[in-house]
Amino acid sequence: MSAPLVEARGITKILDGVVPVTLVRDISLAIAPREFVAITGPSGSGKSSLLYLLGLLDLPTSGDVLIDGRSTSQMSEEERAAVRLTRLGFVFQFHFLLPEFSITENVALPMRALGRLPAQAIIKRAQELLGSIGLGDHLHKTPDQLSGGQRQRVAVARALANDPPLILADEPTGSLDSVATGQVFELLRDLVTAHGKSVVAVTHDLDLARQMQRRLHVVDGRLATDERLTPVEN
Amino acid sequence: MNLILTIAWTHVRHRARQTLVAIVGVMTGVGFSIMMAAMMEGSQDDFIKTLVDALPHISITDETREPTRQPAELTYAAAEIHGLTPQVRRPGIKNPMAMIAALQTWVPGALTPSVQSKAVLRFAGRNLTVSVIGIDPRTEGDVSNLATHMRQGTLASLYRASNAVLLGDRLAAKIGARVNSNITLASAEGASMNATVVGTFHTGFRVTDETTGYVLLKTAQVLERQTGIVNEIRVRTRDPMQARLISERIGEETGYKSISWQEAQEDLLSAITLRNVLMYTIVGAILLVASFGTYNIISTITHEKTRDIAILKSLGFRDRTIRSVFIIEALLVGLAGAALGWILGYLLTRGLAALEFKTPFSDSNHLPVLYSASHYLLATTVALASSLVAGYFPARAAAKLHPVDIIRGAT
Repeated sequence: MSAPLVEARGITKILDGVVPVTLVRDISLAIAPREFVAITGPSGSGKSSLLYLLGLLDLPTSGDVLIDGRSTSQMSEEERAAVRLTRLGFVFQFHFLLPEFSITENVALPMRALGRLPAQAIIKRAQELLGSIGLGDHLHKTPDQLSGGQRQRVAVARALANDPPLILADEPTGSLDSVATGQVFELLRDLVTAHGKSVVAVTHDLDLARQMQRRLHVVDGRLATDERLTPVEN
Repeated sequence: MNLILTIAWTHVRHRARQTLVAIVGVMTGVGFSIMMAAMMEGSQDDFIKTLVDALPHISITDETREPTRQPAELTYAAAEIHGLTPQVRRPGIKNPMAMIAALQTWVPGALTPSVQSKAVLRFAGRNLTVSVIGIDPRTEGDVSNLATHMRQGTLASLYRASNAVLLGDRLAAKIGARVNSNITLASAEGASMNATVVGTFHTGFRVTDETTGYVLLKTAQVLERQTGIVNEIRVRTRDPMQARLISERIGEETGYKSISWQEAQEDLLSAITLRNVLMYTIVGAILLVASFGTYNIISTITHEKTRDIAILKSLGFRDRTIRSVFIIEALLVGLAGAALGWILGYLLTRGLAALEFKTPFSDSNHLPVLYSASHYLLATTVALASSLVAGYFPARAAAKLHPVDIIRGAT
């Protein structure tokens, strides 16, 4: 088996407060390359919190998250930001695109932040990514000129901008109608089958979860089950 | 365009109305600061220049700074003297020409002897007390601007008649005298002479133009009834700002009272210093108020852009990048405001300089203003610095935002 892209080792997240709340309890797991993983569970079970910890958006109270085998517990915020920029892509329930920028500029943002490509190449790649998801005719539109499903597809394209091996999606179809849900889900599946990415998606939709390769079921912050489902077809 | 600049520019561009208000705030601050500085420093420079031009830079008179010490005071540590009658002292500077020759060896500038006298001027039945100043026309031009102030005649006209006099134009007009009029001068020493008006001058100072007359040294000496008397040596230094130091040395070397123009006008110069402090305080306050506008707009943008900040951070943007975005936004507002403020300041200054008015003290009928690049640079520096501070705090707060908190709140 290939080395895991991300690995959680006994991670726990407790929110401080008058009454401390445990969001994630002692979870250990590993995500390998080309995996299509669903995180399911009831509302408030800690699914999103687990995703944020895996994506280095949040720090575990105890335990460690390893990215490409590297411990992140001792990393500075700058180093974690660099890992997010190069190794991880995020898709949220709401598209979270910058409203003043065109969708091409939105997709170009992570590449410009990384600064590895010249400006022309960045725009070309952003347009290619948008073309590959069927938005080639909307390159100069701003997010408010697109439908919900289209915006979410732009968010997926942005997540792919720096070609990260792992995409983390938090309820990516949660605010979409059934048609758009189908389109976005197919797009995510395509990332695994056609582009060799790993996708970890939090979802409430059990039908979608069943179509994925692996299902992590979280209850009360604990990893209740870790099921291997039907392999995703290439 | 640089990524940070792109985001910053997009933010301020999409908040056009608020941005415009903030820019107008900075523009007004910078504009009025420039105008105020131009007006205050212009009037100050004009005032000092007039003072320096009108007065000798250094005036050496036949007085001493302290009363003559009595032999008993020199001999004993303490002495009390009663019923002392001051010795009648012959007025005037001893050996004035020798002193001038000695001073000319090291004083950087020009020197001229003069006799200060008071007299009653009689003409057409009118009696007026006037200051009569005996001068040497050959050297007077080196120490004063009298030659340039002549309206009729020249300094050399004093050689035209045996008792020639140059009158201030207002004085001449007041008594109805004209060139070639014969007037009578009677001094406090009891001397009386007929004099011929050979010219008029106009300094612009009302008091001088109404009460002063210039005669040859020897004419003034006759009025003072003392041949060869010189009771003042006037000095014009090459650098007026060095006058105080030179004056001190002259005083030490000659023993006579030597007063620089700064010392003579000490109270006025102190008032100018105080005025400068007030000016810069007001200018600072104007720019500070303008910076509140910048703070307001950047705070508003930061608040409105909380979600975007969280997204950028989740994408991997670093804290310093986020901070830079908002600081750049503040600087954009500051720069635009400063640039427009330059134009406003220049136009306001021009407008102010064009205003006409009259003062009873001088002829100037326009407000003196000073166009100085330093005013523009100072106002811009303060505006940018206050914009930077105004932008820094919201920017710092933005960079500290925890993306998860905002994402959780949004979902």
